[in-house]
Amino acid sequence: MNFSEVFKQSNQLCKVSPDGKYLATCVQYRLVVRDVSTLQILQLYTCLDQISHMDWSSDSLFILCAMYKRGLVQVWSLEQPDWHCKIDEGSIGLLSSRWSPDGRHILNTTEFHLRVTVWSLCTKAVSYIKYPKACQKGIDFSRDGSYMALAERRDCKDYVSVFVCDDWHLLRHFETETQDLAGVEWSPNGCVLAVWDSCLEYKVLLYSLDGRLLSTYSAYVWSLGVKSVTWSPSSQFLAIGSYDEKVRILNHITWKKITQFEHPANINNAKAVVYKEVERRPAVGSDDLSLHNITIGTSLFNTQSKYEICPPPVQIPVIKPDPDRANPKIGVSALAFSSDSRYLATKNDNMSSVVWVWDMQTMSLEAVLEQTSAVRCFQWDPRRPRLALCTGNTKLYLWSPAGCVSVQVPTEGGFQVQSLNWHCSGDTLILLGKEQLCLCYMDTDQEDK
Amino acid sequence: MGEWWTSVPTGTSMGNYEISSISHVTMSPSRQNNFVSMYSSMPLSKSSYSVISAFCTEDNIPQCITYMNQELASLGLSSTCIEASSPGGAGLNTVPALNAMYELLQIHRRNVCTLTELENEQLKKSSSLEHMQMNNSRLKDQLELSIREKSGLHETERQLQLKIKTLQSCLKTEKDEVQKLQSIVASRASQYSHDAKRKEREAAKLKERLSQLLVDRKDKKLAIDVLNVLGRSDGKRSHWKTAKAAASHEGEMYKSLLNDYEASQRSLMLENAELKKVLQQMKKEMMHILSPRKPSTRGATADDSQEQVDSDGEEKAGESSRETLDQSCEHAREQLTNSIRQQWRKLRNHMEKLDSQASQVQNQLQSNKEVIPRETHDDEMERMRREVQQCKEFIHAQQQLLQQQLNTSFDDETAALLNDCYTLEEKERLKEEWRLFEEQKRNFERERKNFTEAAIRLGREKKAFQEDRASWLKNQFLNMTPFTDRRRCSSSDGQSALSIRSEPEMRMSSTNAQVAKSSTYTTFSTPKPTQSATVPSTTELYRTLRLIPDGSSSRHSNRGCWQESSTIEDRDTGFKSKSRGRCGDLSIFSLGEDENSLT
Repeated sequence: MNFSEVFKQSNQLCKVSPDGKYLATCVQYRLVVRDVSTLQILQLYTCLDQISHMDWSSDSLFILCAMYKRGLVQVWSLEQPDWHCKIDEGSIGLLSSRWSPDGRHILNTTEFHLRVTVWSLCTKAVSYIKYPKACQKGIDFSRDGSYMALAERRDCKDYVSVFVCDDWHLLRHFETETQDLAGVEWSPNGCVLAVWDSCLEYKVLLYSLDGRLLSTYSAYVWSLGVKSVTWSPSSQFLAIGSYDEKVRILNHITWKKITQFEHPANINNAKAVVYKEVERRPAVGSDDLSLHNITIGTSLFNTQSKYEICPPPVQIPVIKPDPDRANPKIGVSALAFSSDSRYLATKNDNMSSVVWVWDMQTMSLEAVLEQTSAVRCFQWDPRRPRLALCTGNTKLYLWSPAGCVSVQVPTEGGFQVQSLNWHCSGDTLILLGKEQLCLCYMDTDQEDK
Repeated sequence: MGEWWTSVPTGTSMGNYEISSISHVTMSPSRQNNFVSMYSSMPLSKSSYSVISAFCTEDNIPQCITYMNQELASLGLSSTCIEASSPGGAGLNTVPALNAMYELLQIHRRNVCTLTELENEQLKKSSSLEHMQMNNSRLKDQLELSIREKSGLHETERQLQLKIKTLQSCLKTEKDEVQKLQSIVASRASQYSHDAKRKEREAAKLKERLSQLLVDRKDKKLAIDVLNVLGRSDGKRSHWKTAKAAASHEGEMYKSLLNDYEASQRSLMLENAELKKVLQQMKKEMMHILSPRKPSTRGATADDSQEQVDSDGEEKAGESSRETLDQSCEHAREQLTNSIRQQWRKLRNHMEKLDSQASQVQNQLQSNKEVIPRETHDDEMERMRREVQQCKEFIHAQQQLLQQQLNTSFDDETAALLNDCYTLEEKERLKEEWRLFEEQKRNFERERKNFTEAAIRLGREKKAFQEDRASWLKNQFLNMTPFTDRRRCSSSDGQSALSIRSEPEMRMSSTNAQVAKSSTYTTFSTPKPTQSATVPSTTELYRTLRLIPDGSSSRHSNRGCWQESSTIEDRDTGFKSKSRGRCGDLSIFSLGEDENSLT
């Protein structure tokens, strides 16, 4: 495993182009495009203000840079550095900006969710979509980019509009049986739309592309409900994480629950492997603990860590959430299927230092990774069943069915990994610190061995 | 019980009476009469004889006698009457007195016996009484204890009941609370949703107003500034929004939906087919499992046979369902599932039965404690087989090594070793041969003996024959004279004997010497009587006469044979000696033997 040198970035804005050739990073006003393989700067663009959002178009030809404070969006072309485009939302304000799947339209959500403005780069045409709903996930494009589902709110009722992305034709518009719709998500095959209610009510609705209600699922009433929803890449499973610390898996035929994964504080499952990260400070003699030494050696703070396999039963540290506060830190907030749909990684918020990996073939707990600090981010390798995670320290953690490793990022000045992104080839991992970024190259040969 | 209690004091009072009676006795016998008649059944206490001196005095003998008689009569001994020897005299008629005394003694002894018996019984009774009393007290204690326990339990029960009551009331209140809370929650929710709606409406209104205002202001800033417009990513030009386009979108959508449904249907069909296959296989296997035990269970019980009949019917149904399975119509599916279900039920029953049997067997085995698990057994077998294989290989390797060594060159040591091996073998073999030779020798010895005996017999017979011949010649000579015609018949005996004797001799000469062993001698010794006694003609006579030289020749051949046998024997002995010699110095020429054996 090799690491590149460290580059500057701001706002954790750093993205690899969809074709995997370029790496765009934002540093204050500037947008830097590098070649992924050589890390040489290919282009350098200067925006009008500090960039708050940046995104690649689907064809890797354009980069969108949004400056929300000024209500501005600037688009840059990689092929034609002279080409430029500037979209000004004016006094209405800008809340979020995104590409349409065809890479020729930009969808801007204005402040207060007044409307969604669709700007065409082909015709300069602008169209508005009214009444978008301010919610967890109000817009979702189908995987093939042909349809867009938009959550709307009119007359205190929830609606979903399905648009054809090709020409923004409204294909379907239907009312949903939700109290307060929280999110919409297309199945990867683009034929089923999952709609879930806000946390006050456990309700998941499944709609066909033509607006028919396929099924409704509700696990319980009264207490707080759905926290996260994820489709498996095969569209076979719908995983629903909820505030009761459970993940329920629905099947795609009857839309009934297949199984539920609980996140107990006491793991008695003998089949699951529990990896516990153990930190070990380098042994320092008492005479070495002088001020001099401490000031010199940053390495002194770099603790070694490794994984130990704990035999069951294992007690996992649990933080009791404050019941008086809103949005309690409890329940499954993060769900991610591996690319082959074989594994599911979950994180329960009141056990923030633990990542759970479930085997979807046997529908059982496969592994538990107990970290020393709270897990910030985890992501699956897009090619292999390999999970990368970070906890905001100087280490990178990797899990695969074969085992678990922790790797110290060998950079000066204490590079703390806040977030990470896989390159689409699965060979490179982009590690984002507070102000820096670093590429981690997986030694593929060694991995294969 | 009451009787028993009351009877004890009467006993004690009787004792009192007894004492008083004794005191009365001391006073006067005449007065005693009443008392004694009253207590005649009571045995006389020993104190009574201490006062006996006072009972009879010189003066009151007759009275005493009469008294005694009365007493005796009252005792049922009226037959013996004590009489005074002389009226008014002091003497007593001894015989009846003695008899009476004897009777009394008898009675006394019997009474003593019964007394001791009764005493024993009394003792026993008292001890048992004591035991009973103890038991009783113990039981009383127990009773008391259990009563106390019972009361304690009652108390706890009461407490628990109280607790239950309170808990029930608690539960009720809690339930009420829950209901109240739920209603509160519901009302709050409705209130909240109402408020939210209101707020939302307000917000919507505001948003509307805001957007209206923004539109009215004609915001200049709201603009797109593109250097030059881009082409579409697919290279096509953008379409007009027409009804046709909408229709095509619909069509696209339905197409994609259809595709998805088709794909899912295909996968489901595949899965279904797979499952059907599994089902069929399962069914087949089930039928296979269920069918072979049919004959065994058919005759078992009525229920089983009934079941069997059912299963037959099912089987038929199953067959038909299998035929129609591929049509996948509702009816066939139902039939199939039904039959499968039934068979499964049967299988399950069977399995349960087997399970129970197995558990029984296991229990038995466990009771026997001689359970060797099949696995360990198999393992053991496997291990042994491996061992055998190893040993075989080992032997094979050794043989090969030996062969190699033999083929290459001998070390002295190995040669010696080998020699030793071979000499040992040789020794064994020679020993065997020696034994054989010994046996043969014995046989020969016996034969020689037979021969000598035969020779002696032959000599004797020759002698007899000579005599015979002499007598015969004499008779012949005498027969030549005309007056001795009568004697011809008598001489036929001798002639027949001669003819008999000659024949085997002839045969002997023709056969070889080996055959002419003991059997010939036996024929020699016992002339055959089967030869018909016929009067020989003159030619025969001549022949017989000429036989003498023949017989001599035969004898000669016989001797030759004899000599031969003897020479064989000589050879034998020579061989024997030779072999003996060999045995003696085996080690010396064993190598040569080896060479022989090797070549």
